[in-house]
Amino acid sequence: MQRIGVFVCHCGTNIAATVDVSKVAEAAKHEPGVVYAVDYTFMCSEAGQNLIAQAIKDYGLTAIVVCSCSPRMHEATFRKVAEENGVNPYMVEIANIREQCSWVHKNMDEGTPKAITLMKTAVAKVNLDAPLQEGEAPVTKRALVIGGGIAGIQTALDIADCGYKVDIVEKEQTIGGRMAQLDKTFPTLDCSSCILTPRMTEVAQHPNIRLFTYSEVQEVSGFVGNFDVKILKKSRSVREKDCTGCGVCMTKCPSKKIPNEFNRGLNFRTAINIPFAQAIPNVPVIDKEHCIHFKTGKCGICAKVCPSHAVDYEIQDEVIEEKYGAIVVATGFDQIDLHKFGELGYGVSKDVISSLEYERIMSATGPTGGHIVRPSDGKEPKDIVFIQCVGSRCEPDDRRGKTYCSKICCMYTAKQSIMTCDHIPGAKCHVFYIDVRTPGKMFDEFYRRAVEQYGVDYIKGNVGKVTPLPNGKLRVHGVDLLDQKEVELDTDMVVLAGAIEPNPSIRPLATKLTLSIDNNNFLNEAHAKLHPVEAATAGVFMAGTVQGPKDIPETVAQAGAAAVKAVALLAKDKLKTNPCVAQPDELYCNGCSVCANVCPYGAITYIEKEVRDHGVRETRRLAQVNPSLCKGCGACTVACPSGAMNLKGFTNRQIMAEVDSVCQ
Amino acid sequence: MGEITQYSYFPGCTLKTKAKDLDRYARSCAEKLGAELVEPENWQCCGGVYPMGSDEIGNKLSSVRALNDAREHGRELVTVCSACYHVIKRVNDDMANVPDIQKRANNYAEFDEPYTGETKVLHYLELLRDRIGFDKVKEAVTKPLAGKKIGAFYGCLLLRPSNILQFDDPENPSIMEDFISALGATPVRYQMRNECCGGYRRMENPELAQKLVGKIFTDARNAGCEELITACPLCWYNLNSYEGPDKLPVRYMTEVLAEALGILDEKPEAAELDGVSCGCMQDAGKEA
Amino acid sequence: MTPDEMKVRDYILKIYDGDVTKCMHCGKCSASCPAYGEMDIKPHQFPSYVAHGEIAALMDSKTIWECLGCSACVERCPRGVKPGKLIDGVRQAVIRQRGGSHLYPEQIPAMVDPETPQQLLVSVLRRERK
Repeated sequence: MQRIGVFVCHCGTNIAATVDVSKVAEAAKHEPGVVYAVDYTFMCSEAGQNLIAQAIKDYGLTAIVVCSCSPRMHEATFRKVAEENGVNPYMVEIANIREQCSWVHKNMDEGTPKAITLMKTAVAKVNLDAPLQEGEAPVTKRALVIGGGIAGIQTALDIADCGYKVDIVEKEQTIGGRMAQLDKTFPTLDCSSCILTPRMTEVAQHPNIRLFTYSEVQEVSGFVGNFDVKILKKSRSVREKDCTGCGVCMTKCPSKKIPNEFNRGLNFRTAINIPFAQAIPNVPVIDKEHCIHFKTGKCGICAKVCPSHAVDYEIQDEVIEEKYGAIVVATGFDQIDLHKFGELGYGVSKDVISSLEYERIMSATGPTGGHIVRPSDGKEPKDIVFIQCVGSRCEPDDRRGKTYCSKICCMYTAKQSIMTCDHIPGAKCHVFYIDVRTPGKMFDEFYRRAVEQYGVDYIKGNVGKVTPLPNGKLRVHGVDLLDQKEVELDTDMVVLAGAIEPNPSIRPLATKLTLSIDNNNFLNEAHAKLHPVEAATAGVFMAGTVQGPKDIPETVAQAGAAAVKAVALLAKDKLKTNPCVAQPDELYCNGCSVCANVCPYGAITYIEKEVRDHGVRETRRLAQVNPSLCKGCGACTVACPSGAMNLKGFTNRQIMAEVDSVCQ
Repeated sequence: MGEITQYSYFPGCTLKTKAKDLDRYARSCAEKLGAELVEPENWQCCGGVYPMGSDEIGNKLSSVRALNDAREHGRELVTVCSACYHVIKRVNDDMANVPDIQKRANNYAEFDEPYTGETKVLHYLELLRDRIGFDKVKEAVTKPLAGKKIGAFYGCLLLRPSNILQFDDPENPSIMEDFISALGATPVRYQMRNECCGGYRRMENPELAQKLVGKIFTDARNAGCEELITACPLCWYNLNSYEGPDKLPVRYMTEVLAEALGILDEKPEAAELDGVSCGCMQDAGKEA
Repeated sequence: MTPDEMKVRDYILKIYDGDVTKCMHCGKCSASCPAYGEMDIKPHQFPSYVAHGEIAALMDSKTIWECLGCSACVERCPRGVKPGKLIDGVRQAVIRQRGGSHLYPEQIPAMVDPETPQQLLVSVLRRERK
């Protein structure tokens, strides 16, 4: 028989306002095995922990039930208290009377009986708990960073600088990401490329960093400290070690009319291409979809003109298998497709462009060499209208937008208007806004500079229609809500601050890594406040806009945080493994393979084993669980037709005891 | 042309009176393209505007009856008039998705089987595109309108609210442009083609309608349109009664179709003043 | 708000069947409204007028008769507020509660010409009469 102590937490008023905690403690005293029960204001506090420690000593407790918040919050805390005081940590059960009880009920009439039921359930379970021992697993001292934008670059550099090996997998042919596409950064107006490219070079030269560009994560298995990853390295059709990046191939390639993705389709590129001069690696890729040689077997000009004979059409895709201890996801963002905003003229007039397209036009590496000109006729615009919040802050049912504030648009719109005035003397900028949101260091000052020094015309209002005029101008019809009047502006260009969204590649990747994503495809953190860079899957971390909209300094800060978390993991020689894994009972197992078929982690194999059954020796096929692969999901335990599979800490008997307790 | 398919056809009040060409050519063109438009007996006017109040039933019943009649004949329901399409399709959505309206309308109508939005409502353009196929229309063209630069005027009723009508991209539609292409003409897109023509405010605030139509014509002309086509009798009226600069000829879409198919009458019937068959008008008179 | 106004507001909200608190005052409705210039209370003001109980002002507004019912505001509203439907609700409240028809059949002959389509007469009577 266990000697059980029950500890009921008030959580201030979080629980105590809706649950009569003293009644719960009183009720506990009548449960089988309970020798001590008490309630206390904050069980997780030092005083609360001491209370448990003292009770263990005073009453010789062998098992503990804490009625408090979700086990996700403090199970580890209470297990530690138990362990320090000589009780096996797996002899602790949490009855969640906060999230699952007090927070969802309005009054004590409902809350108290339910809390008592939850307490009884936990007592029923803890009565059947058995001490469990954690195993140990080695840690592979290498990290994988997925995504080679500023988030991935910073994470990789920080991990590498701590002395650990890092691989970066980037799906594009160069690292640099969105930041490489930007012109200047707010609010300091640093040149984005100028501050980014030294980091890119550092990555390329760092002895601890390997770069897999034009590559994708194909498959992930294993677990924290021991991930097995297959990386698909797509063929560039150019040998990296031979290519000097001279670019002759690009000048001679006859397939020249392919929309240039790096320039957001504002100009064309060749089928063999390097996106920008500072690309890393500075090696072209042959786009097989558009290459004449790959389509018809003819051409072959690039191979002929390459002075270092680096072009090789026969190079095949390659799959690289590597082990990693930690994974950081940094796949970044994209801008939403604005074609649904026909009333604003996107897709109707060439001179209505997205803000990211405008960055390319302003950028010295862009299609116009940094000269701000209209895409339609190459003329310099003298008047530009910016429209904010296009597709941001929409209701959930909106057919074309996102529910969240994209966060960066107010600031980059101010920046773009300032830069426009700097580039084009006498230019007039108008900004239609709903709210100007500038929380951040020197942010509001920057916005005020746009208004006060540059005379940017901020209009509180919105635009209903953009109509091209025969003189090449665009008529912007909107309202000024403060002056309560219609506004009609004949302008040269319209720039839409379109919402940002996570890069679509995160969806399949999240499936591979068993990560949870929210309604908007942003990655969910393990805890929004306290574990902001950790994914719920142990050993996986996140950095940058894959987690939510953020600007460059926030991204870099988060990248550093993710790196530290990864390093903290890599620094360990061994990791304790979860002892709550599946265990087959040889007497019941008939080797039917049902469990292996449902196991998502490939943790179940079969052995032929000689057994003695009623004096008869025979060889049987029996399931065997690899405890280092098993995640304790329990799928096999419910699938097993003969009830042979049990999850330690959650045995079939324990679950039934809980159910019985609820049904009493 | 192969097999003839039957469709229930709701002409609506105006097609029986002022917009006879829209109706006549809709029928003759459909026939030529292998579709028979069958007019239900005793149909009643759709009401012209969708009754937005969530508590209105009476004004929705004529649509419900037409929808039920089509269901009983196992046919899809085709309309040409934008207003009929708008009203009937929205009522159909109510009958499928709003339990309260569904229940009350059925209590009132007492059909053999309660009607719950089973009928598919098609605009004539959708009939051409999705049932007959614009490629078949193109094959049937005998007098291609080559060289003509035609602008589509959609107005508001066909497109909005898009979540229910699901007719086309409400801000940048293309079905009428594809239709114009099928006839061998050159479609000209212009931004104002989905804006309001002034609608029923023409009655009491004709100046507003003039102003709005003027903007539409100016934009259409700027974009290079030589004429406009529409499926809505009210748009047709508001556009045609405009007096001012940039005015363009405006025709019904079915008339242009008939021209391309080579079945345009030499002398179209003049619009008749008398012979108004619409019940609503008579009721309105009585009330007064 | 007077008890009478409260009653009318509830009535309007019932017909409207939407949520005025969703409005973020972005002005997209007013920017999209072809009759903006004709209106005294602008479309983007309707949700807050209703929220603040200024019902009498709405019922006396010119706006409810000038709205074209074109649904441009409903279509483009990023918050799903459906301002046009709210305006419609107020107009219906006026027509039904006050019993006040806006247009009388005897006025009509002066407003029509030989080409006036039935659709126009039907629509206008539907919208402006009980």
